[in-house]
Amino acid sequence: MMKKIRIGAAQGFYGDTIEPAIATAKYGNVDYISFDCLAELTMAILLKDKQKDDNLGYTRDITTSMKALLPYVKEKGIKLLTNAGGINPVAAQQEVIRVAKELGMDDLKVAVVTGDNLIDQIDDLIAQGVSFNHMETGASIDSVKEKLKFANAYLGSMPIVEALKQGADVVVTGRTTDTAQFLAPLIYEYGWSVEDWNQLASGVFMGHLLECSAQSTGGNFSGDWEQVERVEEIGYPIAEVDASGEFIITKVGERGGLVSVDTVKEQMLYEIHDPSAYITPDVIVDLTQVKLENVGEHHVKVSGVKGKPKPDQLKVVMGYEDGYMGQVLMGFSWPDALKKARKADEVIRKQIEQKGLLYKEIHTSYLGYDSLHGPLAKEPSEDLNEVYLRMAVRSKTKQDAAQLGRLFPPLFLNGPPAAGGFYGNIPTRQLLGMWSALIPREIVESQVKIRVEEVGTYV
Amino acid sequence: MSNVLLKDMAQVRSGDKGNTVNIGLFAANEDMYKLFAKQVTADKVKAHFQGLVDGEVIRYEVPTIHAFNFILKDALNGGGSTSIRVDNLGKCFGANLLRMEIEVPEEVGV
Repeated sequence: MMKKIRIGAAQGFYGDTIEPAIATAKYGNVDYISFDCLAELTMAILLKDKQKDDNLGYTRDITTSMKALLPYVKEKGIKLLTNAGGINPVAAQQEVIRVAKELGMDDLKVAVVTGDNLIDQIDDLIAQGVSFNHMETGASIDSVKEKLKFANAYLGSMPIVEALKQGADVVVTGRTTDTAQFLAPLIYEYGWSVEDWNQLASGVFMGHLLECSAQSTGGNFSGDWEQVERVEEIGYPIAEVDASGEFIITKVGERGGLVSVDTVKEQMLYEIHDPSAYITPDVIVDLTQVKLENVGEHHVKVSGVKGKPKPDQLKVVMGYEDGYMGQVLMGFSWPDALKKARKADEVIRKQIEQKGLLYKEIHTSYLGYDSLHGPLAKEPSEDLNEVYLRMAVRSKTKQDAAQLGRLFPPLFLNGPPAAGGFYGNIPTRQLLGMWSALIPREIVESQVKIRVEEVGTYV
Repeated sequence: MSNVLLKDMAQVRSGDKGNTVNIGLFAANEDMYKLFAKQVTADKVKAHFQGLVDGEVIRYEVPTIHAFNFILKDALNGGGSTSIRVDNLGKCFGANLLRMEIEVPEEVGV
């Protein structure tokens, strides 16, 4: 029989449930389980953790997910690949090792990939001629350089492949592309060369379909979403890939959800720009000839993915301090709920002015009317039963942001009638702006390091 | 000819990348795909999102799955981690596109 590699998805973001991945480990007959823990926003969250404690900066649910899944590494030989390392991959590796020790798995090999973190080298790299101009607007980095908090290049699959070659059972990385953990096992198992563009592209696309966990198996599905079975115990996707790169997306029967052309195609374009040039460090993927076919219940066959040579540059995403947000919620009741809430907004805006509070932006929306649709929401034709006024401000300092909440309580006695349900103590949030730029790949690749540690010998 | 909301004939999914939102718009069949091709243009989408999207709108075509991918620039109040909007990740932009109405000839049906 022709060899097939089965890869299961474990997590689509930091905080995603691990239960479906456990079911995949138990029933899915998979060889690998791959995680994508890092959204753009996640790096900002992890940075805040690391600012509080230098040993943090990785996705902390790695502890529970490893406790749940490491036993299957031993029992079934499933390998686990994760970018949970975030901005502190070595600390994440140590945490995996600690959990493995607790489980008595002394012979487990845990690898860590480093080298994506460029925050301490920005000045040096600029001196070497890397412009770090914004890749979309072309703007100079000067305006944000002093406020940078993190800067990570997106690594591809190759360091993970190397870790697998060195015998790793678990590979922990920092910032990789979302798909790197999914493609790597295929390169390793099938021995694809770095120029097998179509195969590599197919592997990346498979990763893309799996990286957002249940978004391929009926989660966040805009089609017949009411027909998706057992959403409360939804399953995560599994890909069965052959040596040519063609694959089938499926899931375990023990979990709910739906795998169909309709669920898979929604994920196909998710967060992609030009479908003929989905750029990754390993290959540029062309999705314009992809064919999706239902080939059985919960089985979708994917073919026709094309690849083009990989780019000369890697993407770097940096986060910079961009002030603070304060926000407040206050409810208003029928009759004239929306009118009352609007009046309250007017009152607060006037008081902000009177008190001379300096906000860069004041944003008002009404929960129950336009908070998700903004200016596209249609004015309600009937009087709403209730509506929440939500105000948010952007300010330079945390103190200014916090001031907003203090303006609201007097409204109960001094403002429009019948207000209820006040949420004034929402903590202020530090805002982080994102700066994307390109860097010649050799600069990053020359500093990537792979270290494999055996649990029993780790000091 | 009747006016039909995209809500009643299409699938969508949207997401963020920096300050840009993408919306995948999926037609159920070839006939509808052709209708969308003519009527759900980049210009029309740009006009539809007035007040929410400040930048350029680009449309890409993926005929093998009867889909379009719309790129909406300057759409997220700076981007997910700096936006002060409620939908800071653009997850509802797809739903917002479903508010668009197009003209459907009787023979296509919905």
